[in-house]
This record gives sequence, C-alpha cells and structure tokens, in this order.
Amino acid sequence: MSDIHIDIKNKTYTTADSQQHTAIADLKLSLADNKFVCLVGPSGCGKTTLLNIIANLDTQYEGEISLGQNHKQPNIGYIFQNPRLLPWRTVRENIELALDSPQTEIIDSLLEAMQLTHIQHKYPEHLSLGMSRRISIIRAFAINPDILLMDEPFVSLDAPTARQVRGLLMDLWQQRPHTILFVTHNLREAIALADRLVFLSASPMSVVSEVEVTIPRDDRNNEVLVEDFRQYLLNNHPEIKELL
Amino acid sequence: MNLANKTLASLSFVLLIVLWHGLALYINDNTLPTPVVVIQVFWQEVESGQLPYHLGLTLLRLIASFSIAMFLGCAIGIILGRNKKLDAFFDNWLVIFLNIPALVTIILCYVWFGLIESAAILAVVINKLPNVIVTIREGTKALDKDLLEMARCYNFSKKKTFFHVIWPQLHPFVMAATRSGLALIWKIILVVELLGRSDGMGYQIHLFFQLFDVASILAYTIAFIAVIQAIELLILKPLDKKALRWKR
Repeated sequence: MSDIHIDIKNKTYTTADSQQHTAIADLKLSLADNKFVCLVGPSGCGKTTLLNIIANLDTQYEGEISLGQNHKQPNIGYIFQNPRLLPWRTVRENIELALDSPQTEIIDSLLEAMQLTHIQHKYPEHLSLGMSRRISIIRAFAINPDILLMDEPFVSLDAPTARQVRGLLMDLWQQRPHTILFVTHNLREAIALADRLVFLSASPMSVVSEVEVTIPRDDRNNEVLVEDFRQYLLNNHPEIKELL
Repeated sequence: MNLANKTLASLSFVLLIVLWHGLALYINDNTLPTPVVVIQVFWQEVESGQLPYHLGLTLLRLIASFSIAMFLGCAIGIILGRNKKLDAFFDNWLVIFLNIPALVTIILCYVWFGLIESAAILAVVINKLPNVIVTIREGTKALDKDLLEMARCYNFSKKKTFFHVIWPQLHPFVMAATRSGLALIWKIILVVELLGRSDGMGYQIHLFFQLFDVASILAYTIAFIAVIQAIELLILKPLDKKALRWKR
C-alpha cells in the first residue's frame, strides 16, 4: 500500500457547559509504509482523538485522511488504552471474533509468540492486566493489519512487564511489518520503539517537530544509548521540552 | 447455600406448615383447612385431571403472553435505548401505559374485542409490555461504549455485534424483566381468566370462591407455587449460571 496522509483542518468538541473548543487545528502528517511512528505529546492533547479519527470511529471533523490503498478501506488494528476485551468470551474467542473466518494456525502462532497458549480458554476477568494487554495485541495482529494504532498500551503496567510486552511486540512487528502509530507521553519508550518521533502540542493539537530515531534496531534495549538520544533531543530541539 | 443454611431453610418451611396446622386446628372451621386436608384435595384434583387441565391452560396463556411481551419489549426497548429522539417521543406513552391499572386494560380488551382468547392474551401483553420496554431500554442506555467502538473498529457484523457485544450486556436486564414479568403475569392472568374465560386457574378459583371451598383454593395455590419454583430452578437458574460463568 502507499503512504498515509493525514490533513485535519479543524476538529472541535463541545464541553458539558456547551462551550466549543478546538481540539486539532491544521495537523498535517505523512507516514511512510511499514514504519513505526510514535506520537509524543502531553496528556489530554488529543492523541486518542486523532487515533479515533484515523480508525474512522470519529467522523466529526474537517479535513481529509488518505490511508493509501485507493477505494479500499485498509485493515486497521487498534490497541486501545484499556484492552477492551469481551469479558464473557474466552481469550481465544476474543481473538477469533475479530477475524472474518476462523484461522486456527495464525491464532495458535500468535498465542505462542505472546506466551499465552496456556490461558487461551480462560475468561479475561481471571487474568492480569499485562496478560489482557498482550491479548489485545494478539487480536490486533491477528487481523493482519495494514495500519496498527496503539494508544498508550503499556500505561499502568509495571516496568518489567512493560519491557517484556514491548519486546514481544517488537518481535511480532519485525515478523509482520506494517505501519504502526503509537501514542505515548513517555519519551524513553518512544525512542526505544520508533523509527520516527512526531511531537504534538496541546490545545489545539498540531505537529511541533518530527525526528528520525537513528539508534540501530538491535541497540534499542541499551538504556544508555536511549538516554543519550533523549539528551541529544532535548538539547537540539528545545521546542519539545515543554511538551514532556 | 451451605448445609447449615439449607437446614435452616427447611426448618423454617416445616415451621410454617406446623404453624398453619396449629392455627387450623385452633380455628376448627372450613375457612382454614389443615395442610393434610389441602393435600388430600390436591391429590383428588390431580387424579380427576381437573387441576392439570386448568393449570395447563393457564400455563399456555402464560407462555404465549410472556413470549410476545418479552420479544416485543426487548426489540422496542433496544430501539428506544439506542435512539434518543424516539425515546423522547415515546417516553410519555410509556409512562401512561405503565400507570393504567391492569383491571382497566383487561376490561377494555374484553369490551373492545369480545370475550375471546386473543383478547385475554392481548390484555396480559399490554400490562407487561411497558415494564419490559423500560427495563431493556435502561439496559441499552448503559451499554459499554468502549466495547461497541471496539466492535466497529474490528468490523464486527451487525449480527456479531448483537450476539457477542450487546446481548451479554443486556442479560441481567432481560433476567430481571423475566423474573418480575413472570410474577406479574401470573397475577394478571388469573384476573383475566376470572373475568372472561370459562377455564384456567382463575376461572376455577372464582368457582371455588362462590362455593367457599377454601381447601381447593389452597390446593390450586400450592400447584401454582410449585410451577413457579420449577421454572425458577429448572430454567432460570441454569440460564443464569450458564450466562454468568465468566464472572470472577
């Protein structure tokens, strides 16, 4: 598929006291295929709104989104901030429901890759948050998406679990590359994952700057390198300091 | 329920029977027969086939009116719960229908449509319907928007969304409507039979009332309670257990 172009001229929302606010103004973004892009911005700046617009869950905006593939709606996987699993369906059923036809082998291999084969017949309420997050990642990968949207999927996980799930995510993505839009306000996490960082400002949201991450993929686990890159960013891009 | 609680429940039941027996012996009058007499009458009625016949007819009416009321109520409730404008439009109607006394609907149905079976069923449905609609409407309003969004995002078909996302969330509301509905319909159906049918439990009880035959009235009541308990234990409880097996 061809590149993704996002051009949102205006997105407003109305608060409970009937006041209109602009959430997004003149946001232009072009994304190359199969890249891992992190959207970094302060909490509440409208990142989730942007993902909802791309996922076609929110259609109340002025502008244009072109997701490549002429005339054909691309397959979009969405990993929400909370896992949004159906509590009355088992782990396996939750994944199967996202698919049009049963694809046993794909589900089996994903469950194995995420080390969850042993809990596939359990109900989500009986699982930890880390496990539920991994299931939501499997569900998104199972549909073999063209674009994967991730909304702070590691928030409220403890550091070792977050690191583990991040590692599993990267393994999966390298096996099946596709465009990922990953929302976070954690700069270290963004550097460790992304090909490209897009910094966003709040109220209204727009792009402040875009930076390529130059650390080789194999060195992303090296915390010293990540920290060095973070310092380099803060020194050379003073405009992003106030966003963090 | 653990064993101690079960023993307590059985003891309380025995105590009730003993109290009834004692009171009946003390009063020593036809207006309150002893449990033993009631059981004897119960067996006579069962053996003669009278009780099964009338109970069966009432049950058929119950099943018909209950099914119609639940089906229509669920459908209308979901539509109103999902559509704010329709809900605002029909809200007043619902309040009016909720407040019409059961007796009035029954009499009006018989006056307008005659003393026929369908008028009897219709009267029960009209009484029960607003209740189901309101319960299911509230359930639909409380649906988890996050899960609905997830279903949209993953291109769930309408059928898939309904059976896997919406219906499981409505289950507690449907069960509440079922339980309150059964209790309500049982009571209304007797009045319907008493006023305009020549068979069924309501008709029989009316007959016994004219004869002052309290033993028969109580015997039929026992059959009634037994059927309701059987529905609860054999149908509703297993349904609940199956639907809620995912709960921690």
